[in-house]
Amino acid sequence: MIASARTPALRRLLGLLPALVVIGLFMLVPVAIMALYSFLEANPFGGVVWRFSPEAYVQFLFERDLADNLVFQSGYLIIILRSLGLAVLATILCLIVGFPIAYFIARQPARLRNIWIYLITIPFWTNQLVRTFAWIIILGRNGTIELPFRWLGLLGADDTLGLMYSDFAIVIGLIYAFIPIMVLPIYASLEKLDFRLVEASADLYSSTFETFRRVIIPLAKPGIVAGSILVFIPCLGAFIQPDLLGGGKKLMLGSLVQFQFATARNWPFGAAVAMILLTFVVLCLLWYAQAARRAGAQSGALAHA
Amino acid sequence: MLHRQRDFAEAMSPDPTMERKTAIDVAGVVKRFGHGPAAVVALKDVSLAIRDNEFFTLLGPSGCGKTTLLRILAGFEAVSEGAVSLYGENIAGLPANRRSVNTVFQHYALFPHMTVAENVAYGPQRLGRPVKEIAETVARMLQLVKMEKFAERRPAQLSGGQQQRVALARALAPHPKVLLLDEPLSALDLKLRQAMRAELKQLQRATGITFVFVTHDQEEALSMSDRIAVMSEGEVQQIGTPTEIYEYPANRFVASFIGDANFIVAQIDGITGGMAKCRSVRGLSFTLAAAPGGKPGDKVTLFLRPEKVRIEAPGDAGLAGMIQTMEYLGQSIFYQVDIGEDSPLIVAGRNRDDGGTPYKTGDRVSLVIGADALRMLVA
Ligand SMILES: Nc1ncnc2c1ncn2[C@@H]1O[C@H](COP(=O)(O)OP(=O)(O)O)[C@@H](O)[C@H]1O
Ligand SMILES: [Mg+2]
Repeated sequence: MIASARTPALRRLLGLLPALVVIGLFMLVPVAIMALYSFLEANPFGGVVWRFSPEAYVQFLFERDLADNLVFQSGYLIIILRSLGLAVLATILCLIVGFPIAYFIARQPARLRNIWIYLITIPFWTNQLVRTFAWIIILGRNGTIELPFRWLGLLGADDTLGLMYSDFAIVIGLIYAFIPIMVLPIYASLEKLDFRLVEASADLYSSTFETFRRVIIPLAKPGIVAGSILVFIPCLGAFIQPDLLGGGKKLMLGSLVQFQFATARNWPFGAAVAMILLTFVVLCLLWYAQAARRAGAQSGALAHA
Repeated sequence: MLHRQRDFAEAMSPDPTMERKTAIDVAGVVKRFGHGPAAVVALKDVSLAIRDNEFFTLLGPSGCGKTTLLRILAGFEAVSEGAVSLYGENIAGLPANRRSVNTVFQHYALFPHMTVAENVAYGPQRLGRPVKEIAETVARMLQLVKMEKFAERRPAQLSGGQQQRVALARALAPHPKVLLLDEPLSALDLKLRQAMRAELKQLQRATGITFVFVTHDQEEALSMSDRIAVMSEGEVQQIGTPTEIYEYPANRFVASFIGDANFIVAQIDGITGGMAKCRSVRGLSFTLAAAPGGKPGDKVTLFLRPEKVRIEAPGDAGLAGMIQTMEYLGQSIFYQVDIGEDSPLIVAGRNRDDGGTPYKTGDRVSLVIGADALRMLVA
């Protein structure tokens, strides 16, 4: 009896084994190593000294003065807040730009939709670094945007619009990099939307705006939430855009991690920053899972009725 | 614009002192989809007038343009040519959300993310009605369609018949001047469909709203409508009461689309006092009322409903024939009787208490055709 009950469970486990091994090896182990390193002492020449130390986390909020006293310093906290702010802004703008694109594609004849989706994903086939460099040419001094102003004499020889090396440039870069992953999930939920509901709404005296607000948005919500999370997470950890377009002076969490490992050679601190980043990501995903469960419970109730 | 809609709805209640107004006037409407030679002409010159407070049915086979006409009335499609007016006002430029017309969609199109009550409240809310009034309307509408108990459910939690009722309640809640129904019963099973017929008719009486009902089901059309427009390939073939349509079909299409019919091709030999003497191809002769414009020598089609023929034992009276095949349908029995014409005459016999079917295949019988049963079709 017990054996027969156990066998399928065992078999299921065996079947899942390859996946578990892959996830364990390529996800859990690296994260565990990272967590471990964040609690070790930094070796000034790179790598770590194998001695437990909470120094990396302390370093976040405090500095040691000459007398070895802890003094509060807000530098890194500001970087976290900046990162969150820029990531939220980029996500919202991605949503504002991405939604109409997704809607437009969803309203095309079925035959054309795949072509549009393909076009949307094309930039993905190109190296992100190269694409970000392109923005330097567009936004930079004597770039595509500045030149016409110069020709028209609106800009003096030594003046600049100052588009580059700013939060503006970073956000533009982030939007450009991540807009496809906003468009795709929204498109996926809009494509399933029955557009007869839009007619029904108009039939019931709704203006276009009301229909949008009360029918289209609520039904596209799963896609909007998924797209926003998918954009928010990589924005938070981005380092190419702050590096190239922000001039490396306006750091974000991602660039901080990169800087600690590549330049400052403070591995524990880099790992600690990565852990903090991971915490935000996990919080995000938990919120999403919660929302999904609530939605699921609702439709689950539907299925049982 | 909002209060204007409200006025529409309030002006709704029929005024008994006035002659019945025209609710909808469709004049010379043509609808083409696409351009050039590839264009599909869904409606070719359709004209009809639907009266206030009428249960009007558009009846025709699938693809004849019923939905297209309904969508034009609702404001989802623009006409290619012609004009549509609602209570005397040309509504060509009026978008769907400004027409005091509501639709019960073929597949209901209920909002899946809203409860039944929210669905029903949707229209009155958009019209800016007071909250208290909306609550009352929703309660009244749900009661009207017997769905009070389901107010908090979502559409996915309802059966097809229940969804249909909610769709009806939702469309009636704003109290439109005209309710458009696109094959609302087609997704229901037979018993429910029959029950809903009576309810719809009763609902139309109770609300006093003009109903424009689309169906391809002739029984549905005959049982509910005040008047029917029979359509075929984008054209109106005939408009009339169910009796007129069934008894006096305008042409062969109408006669064969509604109910069963026998057609006999014949020639007019002579007309005296409005009565025509006709001779069929095989030499049978019939006397019947001449169609207007019929002259001796004309080729005409004679038309006869199967249930208007009585089968009797062979005798002097009536048309001699022999039963070829029988189809037992329980309530009635359909006989195919060879009368020497190209095709046999279909005769319907009722299943009576005196023992089912007294005739069998191969029997010689005499067919007695009622005085006014045989009709002449010009087309
Ligand atoms: N949007 C459209 N584009 C092209 N042809 C259409 C469109 N809508 C309807 N038609 C065509 O118009 C004709 C009438 O359609 P419809 O009004 O739906 O018929 P019914 O409702 O009587 O079945 C059909 O031949 C159909 O293919
Ligand atoms: Mg149709």
